[in-house]
Amino acid sequence: MSLDTTPSAVAAAPVIPKVRRGLPALLIGNPTFAFGVLILAVVFLLAITAGWLFPGDPQDMVGMPLLWPFQDMAYPLGTDSLGRDVASGLVYGARVSLIIGFSAAAIGLAIGTLVGAIGGYYGGIFDNILVRFTELFQTVPPFLLAVVIVAIGEPSLSVMAIAIGIASWPQIARLVRAQFRSLKEQDFVMAARGLGYSNARIIFIEILPNALPPVLVTASVMVAGAILTETGLSFLNMGDPNLVSWGSMIGEGRDQLRTAWFLTALPGLATAITVLALNLIGDGLNEVFNPRMRQR
Amino acid sequence: MRLVSRTGRTVVRTLIQAVPTVIGIVVLNFLLLKLVPGDAADVIAGESGSATAQSMAAIRHRFGLDQPIIVQLGNYLYHLAHFSLGYSPRYNTSVASLIMARLPFTLLLMFSAFVLSLAIGIFFGAMMSFFARRWPDRLMSVLVLIFYSAPGFWLGLMAIVLFSVKLGWLPSSGASTIGANYHGWQFLADHLSHLILPSFSLAFFFIAVYARLTRSAMLEVERQDFIRTAQAKGLRDWTIQTKHVLGNALIPVTTMAGLNLGHLLGGAIVVETVFGWPGMGRLALDAVMSRDFNVLLGVLLLSSFVVIVVNVIVDLLHAWLDPRIEAE
Repeated sequence: MSLDTTPSAVAAAPVIPKVRRGLPALLIGNPTFAFGVLILAVVFLLAITAGWLFPGDPQDMVGMPLLWPFQDMAYPLGTDSLGRDVASGLVYGARVSLIIGFSAAAIGLAIGTLVGAIGGYYGGIFDNILVRFTELFQTVPPFLLAVVIVAIGEPSLSVMAIAIGIASWPQIARLVRAQFRSLKEQDFVMAARGLGYSNARIIFIEILPNALPPVLVTASVMVAGAILTETGLSFLNMGDPNLVSWGSMIGEGRDQLRTAWFLTALPGLATAITVLALNLIGDGLNEVFNPRMRQR
Repeated sequence: MRLVSRTGRTVVRTLIQAVPTVIGIVVLNFLLLKLVPGDAADVIAGESGSATAQSMAAIRHRFGLDQPIIVQLGNYLYHLAHFSLGYSPRYNTSVASLIMARLPFTLLLMFSAFVLSLAIGIFFGAMMSFFARRWPDRLMSVLVLIFYSAPGFWLGLMAIVLFSVKLGWLPSSGASTIGANYHGWQFLADHLSHLILPSFSLAFFFIAVYARLTRSAMLEVERQDFIRTAQAKGLRDWTIQTKHVLGNALIPVTTMAGLNLGHLLGGAIVVETVFGWPGMGRLALDAVMSRDFNVLLGVLLLSSFVVIVVNVIVDLLHAWLDPRIEAE
């Protein structure tokens, strides 16, 4: 072990936190984290109850076109150029954003964890190849890669989730690899080897749980990033044409930017608030898992 | 002198490493693009309204689309080795000339967004760390969190509403005023005014990334022993903060800046669409829509190339910031 004191080296050291405080204590002790959880819970609730709150297709014409918010209380957030209810679109859009955000992050996490764990654990030439492979993916602009993958498949929810997941795994792979490289030298891994456990068991049952905390922090940021990417893709008309999403609403509202800017503003605001909630949660988790930062 | 030799070694090492990466990118992207249903012949035929099977086959034969994939890949690599990016069936011109017409605009946009995000981000981060846990820190943290969470292109659209539609200060699209024949200062001012909104729109997210990173890195460095030594020496607070704390906190920031370049290029696609900016991102999007794979491959290759080159610059910056970092 060399004594390197650069901040990056310190940050790369394994963080094995002991979370003594439960979730309730965390919610009380950290108001911004609680605020994030609250916002996300509301968005979730709206997404789940969308069909009950706004029965009928959000793409149906229901009222006069281009009503401003609060002009007609039947459509509290106004209507777009085709007379579709903006409030209904926002609530159904929450569904799309949450589904894609969480499933894309799960796909990215799965690929990244697998690549990082195998490379970091086995090391050697295998690790070298995987690192090169990861770097290869990192030099291609992730958004462009997602666009290409959606073009290969079809503009559907699952293809978009896969595309965003594939475009976002390298950062997780790097993180997990660094964790595994330092954790595999620790005594408990030595003990597991001594007991004759298989490599698969050591990787997934012994090391992985210890490597997860910083990955969890990154995961909430990944969900946020996936939602932002989805918004960008649907803004460019690469989303599912049969579903209303925040990005497609921004894209359609853009044509009336000069006259009815609320059509662009509202879905963007919804995206920003949801992503903000996820980032607040990420910051809260980070504070729990990196106790060094807590003292200030 | 040592810095020069170290610089040389870093450049040589990176160049050697870049060769397999570039070949890997070409092969990966080539195979990926072959998975896309449809080809340029389909799109050309579709746009002309009618096509016989013979004319489709003629188009495919002319552009070599009827050959086995491995032969097509071999052809592409052969041409690439001769610095040719191929020919675009759709635009009826060479891919290199298409990209070269767009590249300066994308580089200009990227460069200004990169500089803006680093300068403002580091400044914000330093201020936040200096006032840590006091009201200026809280206030700036909120602002930074908004930049971090809102889609950049949406902030750009909102900026159009405010600065172009309501106030009429800045143009809302294009890279320069069409038809205006400006010279000298007027020319520069016209281009700058067109550049402001797109580059801020692209930079917002990265301003937030670097501000957050600078703040936490500076707070981390502040706790280390050599800072206590500096304080004990009686150095002024300002000197300690700028020279010792910020100087050391910059290393993770520049690392991140290098890693984020690909994201910056990707974000440019949306921003270029919003602002009608004639850059590579929109070319790539058009190429995807029209199945013009030679153009798309060229754009992918060139953007990877830009990322690799700027990462070399970041490596050099590291060697200068921290002499302990040697070319390994």
